[in-house]
Amino acid sequence: MWFSVLNVKFCGVDFKNPVLVASGTFGFGVEYDGIIDITRLGGLITKGLTLNKKEGNEGVRIHEVRGGMLNSIGLQNPGIDEFIEKHLQRMKEFKVPIIVNLGGSSIEDYVKGAEILDKTEIDMIELNISCPNVKEGGMNFGIKSSIAKEVVNRVREVTKKPIMVKLSPNAEDIVDMAVKCVEAGADAISLVNTFKGMAVDIYKRKPVFNNIFAGYSGPAIKPIALRMVYEVSKAVDVPVCGLGGIVDYKDAIEFIMAGAYLIQIGTANFINPRASIEIIEGIEKFMIEQNIKSLDEIRGII
Amino acid sequence: MEYKEVLVYSNVKVQDDIYVLSLEIEDDVRAGQFYMLKAWEEEPILARPISVHSSENGIVKFAYQVKGRGTKILSSLKAEDKVYVLGPVGNGLYTEKFKGKIALISGGIGIAPMLQIAKGLEGEVDLYAGFNKSPYLIDEFKKYCKNIHIASERDTAYYRGFITEIFNPFEYNIVICCGPEPMMKRVVDMCKIYATPVYVLMENKMACGVGACLGCTCNTKEGKKRVCVDGPVFKGTDVVFSA
Repeated sequence: MWFSVLNVKFCGVDFKNPVLVASGTFGFGVEYDGIIDITRLGGLITKGLTLNKKEGNEGVRIHEVRGGMLNSIGLQNPGIDEFIEKHLQRMKEFKVPIIVNLGGSSIEDYVKGAEILDKTEIDMIELNISCPNVKEGGMNFGIKSSIAKEVVNRVREVTKKPIMVKLSPNAEDIVDMAVKCVEAGADAISLVNTFKGMAVDIYKRKPVFNNIFAGYSGPAIKPIALRMVYEVSKAVDVPVCGLGGIVDYKDAIEFIMAGAYLIQIGTANFINPRASIEIIEGIEKFMIEQNIKSLDEIRGII
Repeated sequence: MEYKEVLVYSNVKVQDDIYVLSLEIEDDVRAGQFYMLKAWEEEPILARPISVHSSENGIVKFAYQVKGRGTKILSSLKAEDKVYVLGPVGNGLYTEKFKGKIALISGGIGIAPMLQIAKGLEGEVDLYAGFNKSPYLIDEFKKYCKNIHIASERDTAYYRGFITEIFNPFEYNIVICCGPEPMMKRVVDMCKIYATPVYVLMENKMACGVGACLGCTCNTKEGKKRVCVDGPVFKGTDVVFSA
């Protein structure tokens, strides 16, 4: 069986293939149950969770543009306790690694959230310091590396779970951001989250979104995301998980060749619910055709 | 719910920017449900949520108005063309449970889901359809509705004004409404006076259509609900209208 060639060991966790579904695009998995075979995925990343339940943003939440879409969901989620109580067991039944995306609007929120998650059966925490749609506290943890470093440091102190820090492409200096997060104890880096964008309703003469800005994702951002993954992979000695505009297996292989150990499928899940499965099959077929025995042969090859 | 490729049976222009697309789909569809439709590969990127107009004998019909890039492509489809569909999506209405006198109230293209609803109802059904200009899609309702009332803001052949001006909830046991939010809010407010049960069919822009992205939420008394899978049918008195 060729399937084994797709195996990836990442932060001590065994992934049967490198294709994960990105936070916020796949709910808690159950939403896509029956539409695709979730057990075939490399892993699941939850909708961004915060310590306490969040209702999210008012007004328009998604707006399609050429090359992608803008979203301003605002981290709507049931809170960590309800997630553990109602969703985690169901997610575990898919028998793939479960990564919880943890967001927050204060350092204390992140710390308390991580403390609770540390006692659960999840495989990894993806620390979301980069949601562009939440602005309470006036601090955006994803922009300044000094602030990001403090969050990672504090979360590191309270959990033994592997920590993957999800970076924002809006960071002042994405390489410096990655380096600082690793110094603070990150076991892995994932990048990139959405780009800060906006849209105007010309008939109302107003921004489309109540928050004015929203997160831009989709195929248009891929070249920039790829460049950032390439730069960060060269600069840090922890594994990198790449995402941003991946739509097909060729995009995925580009990210792997740029240095990514794992990749995440985000907006493409909306474009085609089968995208992640087709990407897994596409990577496998490519490897057979090119006589590649293991992803180690092509990872970071450029 | 299933994601699959199906064929166009026909695509008929009804009037100006109103079309009826018939697809070869063999699903059990409940009134009030919808499908995510996509007839393109690269652009636009998202599928379009379109409600079921009627469903029988392996054909699901969708009535839609051309609004933007997606619906424009849908309007150009010809018989035998391929369409990606995800569905049927949504709670829909269990029409067989409804008894007595029932009013269906639509505004504009909000008439689209009403045909399948009318077909499933056993009680006495009246249609109240409001339009901006000339009415459309009315003929097929004659088989299923006792009385049809039409209002138009511009077509002088009909009651001139809003449909809510010629509707009295007191006469009905149940009201089902689909149209612009201000209209649905007005209908719900009217029904509250007589405590007439009222259901509304909400719409919103959607990315996933399966309840994952949380892009299509609406405000309800119990907080945010997803129009795609918690709806699109809601009790009118539960919805907190923004309009």
